Amino acid sequence: MQHYTMNLTLKVWRQKNAGDNGHFETYPVKDISSEMSFLEMIDVLNEQLIKDGKEPIAFDHDCREGICGMCSMYINGRPHGPWQQNTTCQLHMRAYQDGDTIVVEPWRANAFPVIKDLMVDRSAFDRIIQAGGYISVNTGNAVDANATPIEKDKADEAFAAAACIGCGACVAACKNSSAMLFVGAKVSHLALLPQGSPERKNRALNMVTQMDKEGFGACTNTGACEAVCPKGISIENIARLNREYMMAGLTEDK
Amino acid sequence: MKWSELFTSSVGKKWIMGLTGIFLILFLVVHVGLNACIFAMDGGVMFNKAAHFMGSNAVPRILEIGLFAGILLHMIQGWSLEMSNRAARKKGYAVAMGSKGSKWYSRSMGLLGTLLFLFLVMHISHFWVPSRITGLDPVRIEGKEYHNLYGEMLQVFQGNLAVVILYVLGCLALAWHLLHGFQSAFRTLGLTNGRYILLVESAGVLFSVLIPLAFALMPVSMYMGWIK
Ligand code: HEM
Ligand code: SF4
Ligand code: FES
Repeated sequence: MQHYTMNLTLKVWRQKNAGDNGHFETYPVKDISSEMSFLEMIDVLNEQLIKDGKEPIAFDHDCREGICGMCSMYINGRPHGPWQQNTTCQLHMRAYQDGDTIVVEPWRANAFPVIKDLMVDRSAFDRIIQAGGYISVNTGNAVDANATPIEKDKADEAFAAAACIGCGACVAACKNSSAMLFVGAKVSHLALLPQGSPERKNRALNMVTQMDKEGFGACTNTGACEAVCPKGISIENIARLNREYMMAGLTEDK
Repeated sequence: MKWSELFTSSVGKKWIMGLTGIFLILFLVVHVGLNACIFAMDGGVMFNKAAHFMGSNAVPRILEIGLFAGILLHMIQGWSLEMSNRAARKKGYAVAMGSKGSKWYSRSMGLLGTLLFLFLVMHISHFWVPSRITGLDPVRIEGKEYHNLYGEMLQVFQGNLAVVILYVLGCLALAWHLLHGFQSAFRTLGLTNGRYILLVESAGVLFSVLIPLAFALMPVSMYMGWIK
């Protein structure tokens, strides 16, 4: 596609700190290249804000290559913007035309409180992982890679679930602010592998308990999570989580 | 998991929703089958006999208690989920996500369910209350006395356009509720196998169209005088 430049109007959520009420601020941005990433466009705006002696927009980012899951932005009514299976950092400005208005909001969920501007606190996900998203292995010599046979299909399914980068877009998209796609991916990834089997039951129970404690909603299977997930995590993982939870719940005395 | 977590944890509550939902679907099959007897064009003889069987036999009477319990549980859990799910996002978005990625009826299960509840209040007062509590006129068939539930149907629907419209709207709410609910219930109960998901999704669409259509035809046919 032809390279072009554009002028845009940005409406960005500004909030000084967790206690502040917050409001939208409108900014014109000029001469944006169609080859820039969305975050680079925000960088350009921030440079301008700093030059003007204003506070730059705080936003999360790290890898800028679609693998860390930090770049949480809800853009024109969709987490991570308009493209399919894509993160905000990998969204390019060729998705927009000269004269467009773009509204940028932080993830909204009680369990993800806003820290500042577009940054939210997603440590709720860390606590869910701490509750069971791990396997216990004895350290020592590295085990031979082929010591534990795993069927190819299972390995592929587990790998697809393990692709979740914990970005939280599923929560942001869900009408219930449910974290079931994230937890479903994490539980499935380990439940499908023999290495995950010793802690399999407690994992499902403890992770769901922690998820509820953090204040995420329940799942209505609407599919909004799957539609926005940058890693294409399948909603099937939620059904698997439901099954894992009940099988564990009915057989464990906990 | 404690037993109580079936009613308090997010996933436990959904299992209850799924199980009661499928139970209600099975009830609909029985209900539509029995009511279809009105299409026998025999002045309601077959229908009144069938209704008599359901009312006088111990098994359907016990199942009826289960049905009321199931509907109550489904409604209480449904509303409880709807409220806690809504409360999980105190501050909403300026630009709504809308239908980017989900169907409106999947996001409206609480509303559709509440409409179904309102319909059920009317429906129960039309037929269940007279047949079980306040009493129905008798009719003689082959020398034996039966409750004339068929006559009650004619009385409720013939000449009452407003009631017929409310029944058709009730059927529409049921269709949308099931269009999402049928397949969703099986996912809630842990179905992941692609082959069966496809089966359940197709059966769900067929069921959600055909059953409410059959139900809607009953008041409409009586109003239009298609069945005598
Ligand atoms: C004949 C009547 C009904 C049938 C056959 C039925 C069936 C179903 C089914 C199959 C589901 C899907 C369950 C799942 O996703 O696991 C469902 C969900 C639901 N039902 Fe019903 N239902 C009926 C009446 C009602 C009524 C009267 C209410 C009133 C409150 C209601 C409220 C709900 C709600 C809120 C959900 C969504 C729960 C969620 O996933 O968040 N339903 N129903
Ligand atoms: S499931 Fe997808 S949307 Fe949800 S946290 Fe993982 S990568 Fe992000
Ligand atoms: S910044 Fe790492 S995924 Fe976007």
